[in-house]
Amino acid sequence: MSFVDFFRRKNSGDVARDRLKLVLVSDRANCSPEIMEKIKNDIINVISKYMEIDSEGLDIQITQTESETDNGKVPALYANIPIKGMHLTSGK
Amino acid sequence: MSEVIVITSGKGGVGKTTTTANVGTGLAQLNKKVVLIDTDIGLRNLDVVMGLENRIVYNLVDVIEGNCRIKQALIKDKKYPNLALLPSAQTRDKSAVSPEQMKKLTDELREEFDYILLDCPAGIEQGFQNAIAGADRAVVVTTPEVSAIRDADRIIGLLEANEIKKIQLIVNRLRMDMVKRGDMMTVEDVCEILSINLIGVVPDDEQIVISTNQGEPLVGSDAMAGRAFSNICKRIAGEDVPFLDLQKKSGVFARLAGLFK
Repeated sequence: MSFVDFFRRKNSGDVARDRLKLVLVSDRANCSPEIMEKIKNDIINVISKYMEIDSEGLDIQITQTESETDNGKVPALYANIPIKGMHLTSGK
Repeated sequence: MSEVIVITSGKGGVGKTTTTANVGTGLAQLNKKVVLIDTDIGLRNLDVVMGLENRIVYNLVDVIEGNCRIKQALIKDKKYPNLALLPSAQTRDKSAVSPEQMKKLTDELREEFDYILLDCPAGIEQGFQNAIAGADRAVVVTTPEVSAIRDADRIIGLLEANEIKKIQLIVNRLRMDMVKRGDMMTVEDVCEILSINLIGVVPDDEQIVISTNQGEPLVGSDAMAGRAFSNICKRIAGEDVPFLDLQKKSGVFARLAGLFK
């Protein structure tokens, strides 16, 4: 929770929307929130070796995307990872 | 050309039966020939909402089992002679009917009616499978609540898996006062989450309770929900109608009308 959120409570309508989006990801993909959380943490660990990322702002979800072959819609793992800065010396 | 439309939601109590009664009556007001089928075997309700509970002789299961002809089981509406109801059976269960039988029945009704509306039971079991078997298109009813939307999402997946291509959404019981103070999801939120086309927004309106008490659908009246249902009927019939401004007082918040064209 960020500093601002602490003082300004989120509207319950927004809370409902965000919770729904999360629960539907796992409903649609048949993939539990715990597994998604583990994937998220693993991604953070791997990328953090090479660059400084905003782990609070990291967003991963399973979405639908058009298949590049001809199978119509297929699930895709989408990750949005905000970079705060690059480590000058990698692999310390 | 006639159309078979299933009205479904997954979750119970979001307004499927009320929607079926109002949309059916509204289409009849547009001079269409309409038949409503209550497919909720064992939990019959569309008859009381329509105010036709005293006229039932035969029911859906009687027709399926061949105890009577379709014509004998159809109940003509009190006000509109072009509107009929095929009531459900109260003392049987869902297994009395199969999807193949339902499809055969709806196909026979196509010859007589412009619109065949199926009031679907809650849940995703046999009653749901029966109701969607003969449908060309679906109207999914939801309220702006997490449980109803989650179930609607599941239903949409099942409809798509059953090759029903035209699926449209009604957001029912919207409370603009709560949306305004941020305590209810907006119609935009719901549409974004479910990603299907919106066909109507019905405000939470106590007139609906009153009309159900009296057994007379609200559609066609001047109440907000009545007007919302009238517009939904026109859209179902293919007309392009702008969305209602649910904030009747202020002009500043007249966003809803503009947002969903």
